[in-house]
Amino acid sequence: MGNKAPYSIDVNIFKMQYIAIIGSVLLLVFILNLIRRKRIKEEYSLLWLLLSVVFLVLSLWREGLDYISKLMGVAYPPAALFLILLMAIFMILIQFSIIISKQAENSKNLTQEHGLLKFEHDNLRDRVKHLEDKIKE
Amino acid sequence: MKSIAPVVYLSKKPIHEEEIGFGVRTSDTLIIIPAFNEAWNITHLIKEIKSEGNWDILVIDDASFDGTGKLAKKTKMAHVISLPHNLGIGGSVQTGFKFANKHGYKYIVQVDGDGQHNVNEIGRLLKLIKLEKADIVVGSRFNKKHKGYKSSYFRRWGIKIFELLGLILIQQRIKDSTSGFRAYNRETIKFLSKFYPVDYPEPEAIILLGKNGFRISEVFTKMNPRKGGKSSLNKRGIFYMLKVSLGMIMTYLRPKSA
Repeated sequence: MGNKAPYSIDVNIFKMQYIAIIGSVLLLVFILNLIRRKRIKEEYSLLWLLLSVVFLVLSLWREGLDYISKLMGVAYPPAALFLILLMAIFMILIQFSIIISKQAENSKNLTQEHGLLKFEHDNLRDRVKHLEDKIKE
Repeated sequence: MKSIAPVVYLSKKPIHEEEIGFGVRTSDTLIIIPAFNEAWNITHLIKEIKSEGNWDILVIDDASFDGTGKLAKKTKMAHVISLPHNLGIGGSVQTGFKFANKHGYKYIVQVDGDGQHNVNEIGRLLKLIKLEKADIVVGSRFNKKHKGYKSSYFRRWGIKIFELLGLILIQQRIKDSTSGFRAYNRETIKFLSKFYPVDYPEPEAIILLGKNGFRISEVFTKMNPRKGGKSSLNKRGIFYMLKVSLGMIMTYLRPKSA
């Protein structure tokens, strides 16, 4: 490597790697802990887990990113990292939209059922009251 | 301790689906009125409908905060379902379908709560349904020449686009697919209580029903000018147009009855 890339001047690249490893381990532990404490349901956490594992792998295996960016035809490896990150976040957000739509449908059905049952309840209450009044007479 | 009198079973016959709400259904026709903050009009509307024919009336109070539900109950001429939170027009109307399906009504006429629909046209819509000429009859504000009702430029264009979409997707010309003045028969009620679009459902419902083989017909009905409240169409503008057009196309692309 004769010519130095301008961005690597006076930067300790190993320091960055340590930070990346620590960061992704923390993220992984954080998410696992959220699942353990039932703050996230397992089925909604899979994409987050996947994302944090990908982070960890990429921070441990430095040539990996170069390799992947070459595969993708990206000249600047960090750009490939951003792209991967962006795609992962997109997937998670789309999953959120799907979940929200499902929840909205469920909530609509529950609201309607609530209205119908409330009607039924009031109707029966009135009838029982009517019958009780008749018995008293 | 005094015990409460036990429930008295009035008959030993098995309770059929249609008998669950005994004492609820007194006619084979239900007029449903989805209402959100229509207190200024609801009492008048209910009385007007009752004087028009001896049909059952159901008011779906979509979580109004002006006491629409209470006023409707006070008339003692209408059943009232009060939703715990606002569902919008689609969710409210579907509540009416579910109610009608549960209680075994044969016909539904939907009348909007804002007093735009002319109640003495209800009979005409019902007649067409009862003659089995169609499964759904839409009361249109346009006659053959697209005249008879004044509305904004934007709204007219929106309705034209929906008309064109209907023509392309289900080969039916429905001039006023945004009209909420409609009559339905038993089969349609059953179907729509399971599948009904939300938000701004009328044009999408046309495609859904056409696609699933229901017969739609449209008749010209006189409409009253708005006395109060606001039209949902003008206010929501371009977002409404896009959402409904997308909904219509997607409804067409989906497999039947889903």
